Amino acid sequence: MNPTNTTDTASAITLTVNGERTQIAVSPRRTLLAALREDLHLTGTKEGCGVGTCGACTVLVDGQAVLSCLVLAVQADGRAVETVEGLAREGVLHPIQQAFIREDAFQCGFCTPGQIMALRGLLRRNAHPSPEDVRRALDGNVCRCGAHLRVQAAALAVARAAEGAGGS
Amino acid sequence: MPRIIKQKIEFEGRIEEREVVIEGDDLPVWTAAEKFQVVGTPVPRVDGADRVGGTARFTADLYPHGLLHGAALRSPHAHARVARLDASKAERAPGVRLVLSSANAPKIPWYNGKSWLFDPELRFVGDEVAFVIADTLEQARDAVELIAVDYEALPHIVDTEAALAPDAVQVHADGRLLGGAPERYERGDLERGFREADVTVELHVETPDVLHHSMETHGSVADWTGESLVIWDSTQHIFGVRRQVAGALKIPLDHVRVVSPYMGGGFGSKNGAGKYTIVAAIASRRLGRPVKIMFTRAEESVAAGKRPRSVQRIRVGAKRDGALTALDYWGASNVGAYRNMGSPLSGPLKELYACPNVRSEVANVFTHTGPAAAFRAPGYLEGTVALDCAMEALADTLGMDPLALRLKNYAEADQVQGRAYSSKFLREAYERAAAAAGWSRRAPTSPSPVTGGGTRRGLGMASQLWGGSGSPPAYAEIRLNPDGTAQIRIGTQDIGTGAKTALTQIAAEVLTLPVDRVALALGDTDYPYSPLSAGSQTITSCGPAVRMAADEIRRHLLDAAASLLEAAPNDIRLEAGRLVVAGVPERGMTIAEITSRMNNFTITGRGFRGPNPDGVTIRTFGVQIAEVEVDLDTGEVSVLKIVACHDVGRVINPLQYASQIQGGVIQGLGVALREDHVTDPDSGSVLDLGFDAYAVPRSRMIPEIVSMAVDKPDPIANNLGAKGAGEPPIIPTPAAIANAVANAIGVRVTSLPITPAKVLRALGRIP
Repeated sequence: MNPTNTTDTASAITLTVNGERTQIAVSPRRTLLAALREDLHLTGTKEGCGVGTCGACTVLVDGQAVLSCLVLAVQADGRAVETVEGLAREGVLHPIQQAFIREDAFQCGFCTPGQIMALRGLLRRNAHPSPEDVRRALDGNVCRCGAHLRVQAAALAVARAAEGAGGS
Repeated sequence: MPRIIKQKIEFEGRIEEREVVIEGDDLPVWTAAEKFQVVGTPVPRVDGADRVGGTARFTADLYPHGLLHGAALRSPHAHARVARLDASKAERAPGVRLVLSSANAPKIPWYNGKSWLFDPELRFVGDEVAFVIADTLEQARDAVELIAVDYEALPHIVDTEAALAPDAVQVHADGRLLGGAPERYERGDLERGFREADVTVELHVETPDVLHHSMETHGSVADWTGESLVIWDSTQHIFGVRRQVAGALKIPLDHVRVVSPYMGGGFGSKNGAGKYTIVAAIASRRLGRPVKIMFTRAEESVAAGKRPRSVQRIRVGAKRDGALTALDYWGASNVGAYRNMGSPLSGPLKELYACPNVRSEVANVFTHTGPAAAFRAPGYLEGTVALDCAMEALADTLGMDPLALRLKNYAEADQVQGRAYSSKFLREAYERAAAAAGWSRRAPTSPSPVTGGGTRRGLGMASQLWGGSGSPPAYAEIRLNPDGTAQIRIGTQDIGTGAKTALTQIAAEVLTLPVDRVALALGDTDYPYSPLSAGSQTITSCGPAVRMAADEIRRHLLDAAASLLEAAPNDIRLEAGRLVVAGVPERGMTIAEITSRMNNFTITGRGFRGPNPDGVTIRTFGVQIAEVEVDLDTGEVSVLKIVACHDVGRVINPLQYASQIQGGVIQGLGVALREDHVTDPDSGSVLDLGFDAYAVPRSRMIPEIVSMAVDKPDPIANNLGAKGAGEPPIIPTPAAIANAVANAIGVRVTSLPITPAKVLRALGRIP
């Protein structure tokens, strides 16, 4: 027996992460956030507080934005998880990511993946959000550098572009 | 040959004489007549794809093979002595590799010799008692709970003014004040100034403890290979961390490499190594494995530094026409248990407005609370609340327009050092901000608290003055690759400001290359030295060095092209990536054509930061105007709009400049209305751990922000004509908001943050 194991028994779970099915063994207390970062080496998703108060760890589970620090990995068993690493297609950044760069919607960038995934969640359920919808969706995402207005501008630019393209 | 000269250098509100190495002549300043292709344009972040793609690798993201994790045991007492520490149970816990405490760690001086890495005397709630290193973070945290400590509780002091009393409990044996005595300043004859005054105004001002709460918490990853130590650190100062680590471990500098290509915010709280850095290094060496220690969010609330709370009293005397005759000031800064630099609270008072008679006294007092740290414009934000609120109170007393009062007392020169400013375009900033904010709409302030219900609007203003000159030393190196691309190496940091992009723009401008043909690497002590990213000095210190390095490349290219094009070097021009013979545009070749013929011979350029000009003071200036709406029934203040216009010399990147303004305004907004770090006055315990109880600004409270710059190059400050922009926008924000609230409700709230309860109390609606 590996002496570094705790008394927790690991259980095997299956996740579809960014379209790829994968199986990992996780202890009962492992969060989805830790599983993504440490077992699957997807460190784009950040831990800002670990207790669900800052939004830095936001990912989509079955299309819904969730705080991955508050979800146990075993709870995500059998579900589809989307992280910031899954947004780009064949080297081309997602429209939200492109808008973030254009609008300078980040400074240090640590909260950015969570902001982007929160917006992705919003735009999936509401393709034509109002400015107030955007502010409300992002109220749980702490940005200490103060990029709030830039993030809102990026979100509205994406929504407008989608509208111009007939929605999606 | 390098020579060493003495020069007065300003940094974060303090002036010190430093020896500066001068290696040769600096380049002439880019004047206002200069035409640019890249500098001054809104180039998006060169590392944007990594920051939005999740591929930017922060210290927190490192999980090297064999990584061990650390967690800290922290003092639950404001002041105590460790009578007994028994780590045996923790040491036997699953996965635990090492418990480090005063029992087994080397005695390393800390806090400038006032304490030790592990000091048996604990001086604040959160002071480090021990660290556990284990295979997993959970194991380390679990084992922390198993360390048995007997604490001998000692008397403690928390409150600022109580700590100033002669019989107060002292934190340090050598005095209750930092530096042993208050910092005093005086010019002119204060008594005469008040005798000459027609009116006087007096304010008592308080500002709160404010937490940095950088999104990436403090932390390090240390990894030894043989005799060499590599440290990844979330820091604003890689070379400072290297110096501290090498000094603490008594190893040569060349055995330590510090790396920080991306870091998740610092705002002044990450200006050096932490105990976690040294502990990770010691543990990694003992265990032969990489060790990572990152703060939890709760630890950010207790042991990561804070903008210390202030108590201030200001008295202003003026003639009926508004001319200032006297400024008298007393301020105290509660710097917590440890601090090596006082808060320059009186900086704005001494210099911002013309006044012949000035006296100030600033006491930096120690208490048994978490150590203070620099926080974006330390002291100047707090001092501006006192000064600029007093100015508007004076204007209201005189029945004068507050802007007219400021212009009446416009300081043409530096009154403290008695010399000229290198440039000052504050008048232009006032004009533009007033026009954009509709300042002429400002209604006179009601002489008594307004009555009735509903909402009231108000306008308020505040000015800023700050350093931001930058200084030597800073160095840059550039190489040209065989394909004509350029690589810059510079040991600075991009702490989120966009320094990497702005520096890239400067090199691209000189080399006439598109930005995407220039790659800049930073955040590594293997690169040439650069100073800490603080004091709004990164572009002004590093930018001139990058320009000089690029200029050396340009000159080598001219020489190489001259030989290939059979012309004199003086006749060669570098234009749009091509070297051409002057007047004969068809005789030319691209940079890539030249470098491809050099067979891996590498053109290199090296640049250094030249000295600051002698005999002048370099300052940023600016003004912000706030428009607020106050709900008279609930006391809630909503900021509707902030207009900012700053004189920061030449703006290298207007997109990122505006982002800096927004960031500073939003952080200032938090100080004005929300943020108030709460320490229990009885126990010294921190009552607002994490983001739950500590109110950082959130999306829905952010107003419209108009970011303008005067954008006139400074004629002599440095070869770019630029001044710093990082700190200026936070400075006037709280004062402008406080002034707008006073204008709205006819009574002044001078204790920040301006909470609904304080507004209702000021209006006389609650006791």
